[in-house]
Amino acid sequence: MSVLRRLTPMFSYDLLLNAVMAGLLLGGFYAAVTAGVAISFGILDIVNIAHPAFIILGSYIAYATNAWLGLDPIATGIVALPAFYGLGAVLYQAYHLAFERRGQDALRGLAFFFGILFITEVALILAFGVDYRYVEAGYVASSWHVGVIGLPLRMLVPCAMSLAMLAALWLFLSRTFIGRAIMAVGQDQLALALVAADPIRIRRIAFAISIATASLAGAFLIIIQPVEPSIGRDYIGRVFAICVLGGLGSLPGTVIAAMLLGIAESLTATFYGPSWAPAVSFGLLLLTLALRPAGLLGR
Amino acid sequence: MPGWAFVAVSCAVAAMVFAAVHLAGNDYVFVAGYTVLQFVVLATAWNILGGYTGYVNFGTAAFFALGAYASVFFHKFYPLPVPVLCAIGAAVSGVVGLGMGYLTLRLRGAFFSIATLALAVVLQTLVVNWNYVGGARGAYVIRPADTALFHVPYIQYLFLIMLALAVGAVATARMIERSKLGYGFAAIRDDELAAEASGVPTLQLKLVATTLSGAMMGMAGAPFPYYNGYLQPSSAFALEYAVNAIAMPMIGGTTSWVGPLAGAVLLGTLQQVVTVTFSAALNLLIVGALLVGFVIVAPNGLIGLWQRLGPVLVGFTQTKPSSPGLTGRSSNHEPGDTVLPGQAGQ
Repeated sequence: MSVLRRLTPMFSYDLLLNAVMAGLLLGGFYAAVTAGVAISFGILDIVNIAHPAFIILGSYIAYATNAWLGLDPIATGIVALPAFYGLGAVLYQAYHLAFERRGQDALRGLAFFFGILFITEVALILAFGVDYRYVEAGYVASSWHVGVIGLPLRMLVPCAMSLAMLAALWLFLSRTFIGRAIMAVGQDQLALALVAADPIRIRRIAFAISIATASLAGAFLIIIQPVEPSIGRDYIGRVFAICVLGGLGSLPGTVIAAMLLGIAESLTATFYGPSWAPAVSFGLLLLTLALRPAGLLGR
Repeated sequence: MPGWAFVAVSCAVAAMVFAAVHLAGNDYVFVAGYTVLQFVVLATAWNILGGYTGYVNFGTAAFFALGAYASVFFHKFYPLPVPVLCAIGAAVSGVVGLGMGYLTLRLRGAFFSIATLALAVVLQTLVVNWNYVGGARGAYVIRPADTALFHVPYIQYLFLIMLALAVGAVATARMIERSKLGYGFAAIRDDELAAEASGVPTLQLKLVATTLSGAMMGMAGAPFPYYNGYLQPSSAFALEYAVNAIAMPMIGGTTSWVGPLAGAVLLGTLQQVVTVTFSAALNLLIVGALLVGFVIVAPNGLIGLWQRLGPVLVGFTQTKPSSPGLTGRSSNHEPGDTVLPGQAGQ
C-alpha cells in the first residue's frame, strides 16, 4: 500500500501550475545555454564539449564586475560579448588549423575540446577558488505574483532576456547574408564557396558567435544560481540533450526542446525530488536517440 | 612472442615492480602506485572500445563506479574477498556495457559519446537515490589492517591485486589486438560501412567491445572502496575518470596495447607527483594541457612519435639501408609494432 502511495505523488493544482511555470522559465534559460552549441554542433558539426566551461567563465566575469564595480551581470554579459567573440574566433582558428585542415577524425577534435574544458575549469579554480559565488542585483531576491503563480524575478529576467537573445540570433541567421551563409555552410560547404563566400571565414564567424552567446548565458546563470567552477559538468549532458532533442541546426527546435526539458526537470523535482531530475533529462535524451535521432524539428 | 610467453614476461616485470616498490620502504608509494595501476587498467579498457574500435566512451566513470558500488553492496550484505569482488564488479559492469551497447550502438561518432555521457548520469542518479549503499551521503568501508595470509599490510595486498589486474588487462588487450577480433575492430574503426559490406559482423563485435571494455573498468573499480575507505556518488562518477581514461591512451597512442600502458604510467605518475607537490587542481590542468598538446602535435601519441622518429634514430646505427616493407618503414621491428590494416602507409 505504501509503495502505491509513494508512486502517486501528492497532487495540488497550485503546485502543478507553479512547477510548470518554473519549468518554462528554466527552459528559457536552458535555451540560452544551448544556443551556442546549437550553432557549433547543430550547424558546424563541431562537438564543442567545452561550451559549458565558457559559460562558467562568463559567470565569473559577471561576478567579478559585480563584486568589484557593482555592475549588473547582464550589462556585463553584453559588454563582454566582443571579448568572447574574439576568444571564439581564436579557438576556431586553432581547431581549424589543427584538425579540419588535416582531415582528422572527430575523436581528436572531441579530445581537444575536452582538454579545453578542463583547462578552463582549472584556470577558474586557481583564480577564484571553489567557493560558490553569487551576484547582488536589485531583482534577484524579489518575485511577482500572478494569481496563484509565483514568478521569481531571478528566473523571469534571465528567461526573458534569453528568449530575446534567441530571437535576435534567429533573425540574424534567417535575414542577413552572413546568417544565411552560416546556415548554408552547415548544409553544403562547397556550394557556399562557389557562391563566392569563404566557408572558413563564415565558420569562424559562426563559432565566434556561438562562444559569444556563452557570455550572456553565463550572466544569466549566475543570476539564477550561485556558481562554482565545476558545475559546468552538469550542463554538458543537458546542452547536448536539448540540442539533439530539438533537432540539429534548428533554433526554434532548440527553444522548444529546452522548454520541454525544463518542464520535465521541474515536474520531477517538484513531485519526486530533485535528486531524480537529472535522470529524467538524460532518460529523455536516450529515448530520443533511440527512437527519433533527428529530433523534433531536425533536418 | 606468443601469448603465454608475454604473460610470463609481464608477471616477471610485475614481480620486479612489486619488489622495487617494497624497497622504497614507504607505504605511500603503494598508495600512489595503486592509482597508477588502476589507470593502466582503465586506459587499456577504454582503448579497446575507443582506440581499437573507434567509439569514444565518455562514461568510463559509470562502469568504474558500478564496480565500486557492487563492492559496497556486498560489503554491507555479505563481505567477500577482494578478488571475488573484482569478478563480480567485472560481471556487473560487463552486463551494463552490453546493455549500453544495445541502446547506443546504432549511433555514430559524437552521438554515441553523448549517449554514453547520458547513461553515466542516469546511472549516477540511480545510485544517488539508492539508500542501501548510502545514496548521496556515501558509504564507509573500513578495511582490515592486514590480510589473514602472511599478514601483508592491506594496501600492499590491494597493490598486488591491482598489479595482477593490470597484467591481465594488458595481456588481454595484446591478445585481442593480434587476433581476428582485433582485425574486426580495426576494420570497424577505419570504415564501418565497408566492414559491414565485407561481411564483418559489426554489431556483434561492437557488443563484444563494449562488454569487454565495461567489464575491465568494473574490475578496476571493485577494490576502490577498500582502497579509499569512503565512497560517494559524486566522486565515484567524477568526470576525472573519463578525462584520464581518454587522455592516457591518446597521449600514449591508441593503436596498440603499449599506448595506454605508456600513457597511464607516465601521466599517472606525473599526476601523483604533482598532487603531492603542488595541488590537486593543478594536476587536472596538466592532464588537460597535455591532452590538447598531444592531440594537436602528436595525434598518434607516443607510439606515433616513436614510429616517426624511430627509423631516423635507428637508421644512424644501420650500415645498409633496407627496403621499405609492407608498412612503408625502413626498419624492421620496433616496440609497439602492429600490423593493423589502418596503419599501412603511415
